[in-house]
Amino acid sequence: MTTARAAAILLAKELRLEFRTRELLNSTVLFALVVVVLFSFAFEPTAAESRRYGPGLLWIAFLFAGSLMVQPSFAREQSNDTLGALRMAPISPFAILLGKMLANFVFLSLAEAVIVPVFAVLYNVSLTGVAGRLAVVLMLGTVGLVVTGTVFSAIAAHARMRELLLPLLLFPILSPLLIAAVLTTASLFAEDPGLDRAWLAFLAGFDIVFLTASWLLADFLIEE
Amino acid sequence: MKSRTLVTLLAAGLVFFAGYAALFIAPDERTMHAIQRIFYFHVAAWMASFTAFFVVFIANIAYLVTRRIEWDFLGVSAAEVGVACCTIGLITGPLWARPVWGIWWTWDARLTTTFILWLLYISYLLLRGLLEDAPRRAPLSAIFGVFAFLDVPLVYMSNRLWRTQHPQPVFFGGNGSGVDPTMSRVLLLCAIALLGVMVLAVMDRYRLERLRYEAAELRVAVETRRAERESISSRGAR
Repeated sequence: MTTARAAAILLAKELRLEFRTRELLNSTVLFALVVVVLFSFAFEPTAAESRRYGPGLLWIAFLFAGSLMVQPSFAREQSNDTLGALRMAPISPFAILLGKMLANFVFLSLAEAVIVPVFAVLYNVSLTGVAGRLAVVLMLGTVGLVVTGTVFSAIAAHARMRELLLPLLLFPILSPLLIAAVLTTASLFAEDPGLDRAWLAFLAGFDIVFLTASWLLADFLIEE
Repeated sequence: MKSRTLVTLLAAGLVFFAGYAALFIAPDERTMHAIQRIFYFHVAAWMASFTAFFVVFIANIAYLVTRRIEWDFLGVSAAEVGVACCTIGLITGPLWARPVWGIWWTWDARLTTTFILWLLYISYLLLRGLLEDAPRRAPLSAIFGVFAFLDVPLVYMSNRLWRTQHPQPVFFGGNGSGVDPTMSRVLLLCAIALLGVMVLAVMDRYRLERLRYEAAELRVAVETRRAERESISSRGAR
């Protein structure tokens, strides 16, 4: 079976599992909204101030939500040792990883689709005319986040205190992504919106570096 | 063992001489005077820590390729010593910056990168502590180590692209082109001294890690043997 097909089947399985209960989606969306609301007390959310702090706020909320979102990816497989069963299937280890990355990408994108409009309303940020470009920025940022996040969730799944450990592993690594994502988003929120292509390229570069690294290291990550 | 003592004494002597050279032999800096002398140990510590982190990266890759547990020992040893050297750099830096720049810290590309580097390798060590299952610890922490090292150039690039658009505190002196030859010689001496200490510390830590590993293996062997004997004797009693 090709890696793409195996990953697609695994993606379908992850989605089915999540949409039975929607526990993960509901709680992370709510968590991100709480973060967005709390930030309104950190500064005066006028339109001008929101343009300055809004992008950072938004991405911090995504980072927090994302680290919660990817957490159960591999931990969930442990209770019945279903990962052992997956490993026995005649598919490449990267397919397992990719399936989970895609699922996390879908979940986080859905969460963002809820959070961004709410944020725009609460912080007086106008999204008309930039929605398409913003979607590209969100997509590239989300890819980087879920790629590293899914790999680290596989690492942290074997550790004690994994819920606390995962953000500690993830956030320092994501600092370049945070900078690039915040600056591209800021270029779209500006009074005269224009996409910052240099930073967009940097975001894409970040995604490529870590996606390649996870492809190369997948065999070591998913073993025994 | 004797040669080991000799090498340690030699390294200690070198460090003392380097300290003396930094304080008394190096010429006085025109604008910063005595405070600039922290530079010799600050830069040397940074060189030692970066070398150590590079060793971690090599050890991580080598472990994943060869699967020899010795590389894992080297990885953790170099990471611990690297974090220690990095901490020296992070403490001496603000001490130097406060009187010279007027601020303790600035989010400049180099400073931020070092700080993130420090955080990354602290989390590497934390991760190793929390991965209790020894056969899993080595590959998983090696993967994290590779990711962390790949991240360093990205952190540096992103901060450089971003922060250089903002005004920076003025850099006086530093290790630019116009450095007095005596200064660069003293810096070289300090770098060799600290690198020597770093290598010795890594070697000692490596030995400790190997002994720990052997002790853990022996403990497991003893437990298995005891369990076996107990099952045999209980069968005999029946």
